[in-house]
Amino acid sequence: MPQMNMVMAVNEALRSAMRRDKRVVVMGEDVGKVGGVFRVTAGLSEEFGEERVIDTPLSENGIVGCAVGMALYGMVPVVEIQFADFIWPAYDQIVNELAKYRYRSGGEYPAKLVIRTPVGGGIKGGHYHSQHPESAFIHVAGLKVVCPSNPYDAKGLLLASIQDPDPVLFFEPKRVYRAAKGEVPENDYLVPLSSAKVVRPGRHVTVLAYGAMLYEALDAAAKAAEKGVEAEVIDLRTLWPVDIATIVTSVKHTGRLVVVHEAPRTCGFGAELVSLVVERCFYHLEAPPVRVTGFDTPFPYTLEMEYLPLSHRILPALLDAARS
Amino acid sequence: MPEMPATFRSEPAKVIRVLSDDGTLDPRHDPRLSEADVVEIYRWMVTTRQLDQRLVALQRQGRIGFHVGSLGEEASIIGSAFAMRKTDWLFPCYREFGAALMRGLGLQTFMDNMFGNGNDTVQGRQMPNHITSRETGFTSVSSPVGTQITQAVGFSWGAKIDGKDVASLVYFGDGATSSTDFHSGMNFAGVFKVPVVFFCRNNGWAISVPAERQTATRTFAEKAAAYGIPGVRVDGNDIFAVVSVVREAVRRGEQGLGPTLVEAVTYRMGGHSTNDDPNRYREAGDLKPWAERDPLALTRQYLERRKLWDDRAELAHIADIDQRFREAVAVAERTPPPNLESMFEDVYQKPPWHLQEQSADLLRGPRAPSGH
Repeated sequence: MPQMNMVMAVNEALRSAMRRDKRVVVMGEDVGKVGGVFRVTAGLSEEFGEERVIDTPLSENGIVGCAVGMALYGMVPVVEIQFADFIWPAYDQIVNELAKYRYRSGGEYPAKLVIRTPVGGGIKGGHYHSQHPESAFIHVAGLKVVCPSNPYDAKGLLLASIQDPDPVLFFEPKRVYRAAKGEVPENDYLVPLSSAKVVRPGRHVTVLAYGAMLYEALDAAAKAAEKGVEAEVIDLRTLWPVDIATIVTSVKHTGRLVVVHEAPRTCGFGAELVSLVVERCFYHLEAPPVRVTGFDTPFPYTLEMEYLPLSHRILPALLDAARS
Repeated sequence: MPEMPATFRSEPAKVIRVLSDDGTLDPRHDPRLSEADVVEIYRWMVTTRQLDQRLVALQRQGRIGFHVGSLGEEASIIGSAFAMRKTDWLFPCYREFGAALMRGLGLQTFMDNMFGNGNDTVQGRQMPNHITSRETGFTSVSSPVGTQITQAVGFSWGAKIDGKDVASLVYFGDGATSSTDFHSGMNFAGVFKVPVVFFCRNNGWAISVPAERQTATRTFAEKAAAYGIPGVRVDGNDIFAVVSVVREAVRRGEQGLGPTLVEAVTYRMGGHSTNDDPNRYREAGDLKPWAERDPLALTRQYLERRKLWDDRAELAHIADIDQRFREAVAVAERTPPPNLESMFEDVYQKPPWHLQEQSADLLRGPRAPSGH
């Protein structure tokens, strides 16, 4: 089985989807000849031509608005927004159009498309190349939100996202684009949406994480184990609709919960996860749930490693939760 | 500037008119409509206005919540839709129910939407007039201004990639030319030569804000130059001129020449919607010159001069509309509201766990006091 990083795995998924289905088109800024600023679409233009791998004008609103129209026609656009930080000009199209089209048309116009975009910090990107804006999309009825942490899941989840009948926001953690490596089958396979994965079993505390922060959670869990605390680390993989059953099973077992995410704390996804767990597992909880997150500030440049909820901040939270 | 066909080789400020005051047609732009075509267009214009008047009355009686009409804009709406091929697609703004009816939307289906009842194809999820009709090539009305413009571009662009010749006509008003989607849509369509007819109804007003507040350009048509596409101004109350320029725009698309911006100069003779009173911001005298060029009167005059229409035909047509309207309203009004469960359907193709839970919670819980 070939070794791949996430960039290669996403590229594989796109190539495979385009080979299999002529309706699949890739569109975005710089996705053509140069193959994307992260090279995720490298080689696609050569294989499928510039009609299906479309270098667009520099307008996220135009890209998504046109992609919605293509989807209404019956194409399956896979849009690349160069950085999630630049998605906001398209927010009206995503929230008021894409997310509501099936609903407001009584199912006559299911607008199916996938929006891929790199998210997260730790790459010296400052305010505008670092944000992790999942909450703003999870909050919108009608969207699905995915965030893989490794190459195997990235390929399987992207293929599943392209096949899924609903619009999907596919967040790619750019800090581990090349750092996360692993075996990826050459054949197509699906990682089903809304299925989380227990990546490290443990009995003392449940840790929910996703994307690049999964590795920080795993690092903290390994260090906690040295101190006798066995953390169960769950990679959510799909953020919405989240795999609630896996989470509840784990928390009922451990009685303790730590949620980790890069995005700011207030109204972050952690708030929803904690609420869901408290509603379902209140009498199993033996300690207050804890959030280890980014701060309620814009994403900083120089101090970004202090902003991110890295292992050194997760570890004490995890030990406190387990011992309280 | 790209090469423009003869019909568009006019000064930007000049408005193309075909029907002259003496009832003759300018041969340079005459679309050569058959007598039957003109009668059909006129009948749909009358239908549209009659329904508008009756729907406003229903709203005033408190029987429907809202209506947004097309008084004075019937020629531009019906004429432009008539000019499109059956295989082409319409992207509505929100005043174009007449175009949907002409293309085959059933009156009962429309009325069920106006009442938001359980037979409404969208299950009462949207306000009145926010219709959807896939089978007639009519997308779904949304309230945000301009968002349909980029979508129309994407639709025909998708067809183009698919090797099909499908033009889109997208309706929007003068206000929408200020929107981001107008710029993006015009720009993308220009770059990728997408066969779209950008049909701007300059009706003078965006709710209470006059057209002069939307732009410093003399016309809306001249904005096309910035996108490398032709722009044309047409008398929006002249069905012959409207059909002519829209057909020409479709022909350009067919030939791979890309999009066209059409500015239909017309006038919103009513309020923005039933929630608006235009007397608060415009003078009574403002309406007079437009009432004198009422598109229904102009078209009827043409037909009467050729003995194609008379009072008897008019009364018979109106009586027919009246009867069908009353029947449709009676059925719509006694149709129960949508099921509670329908609120949770079509958010996704299948309701995920959280919507199943919320649906069950709603069904178990108390009902709202005011009824539906």
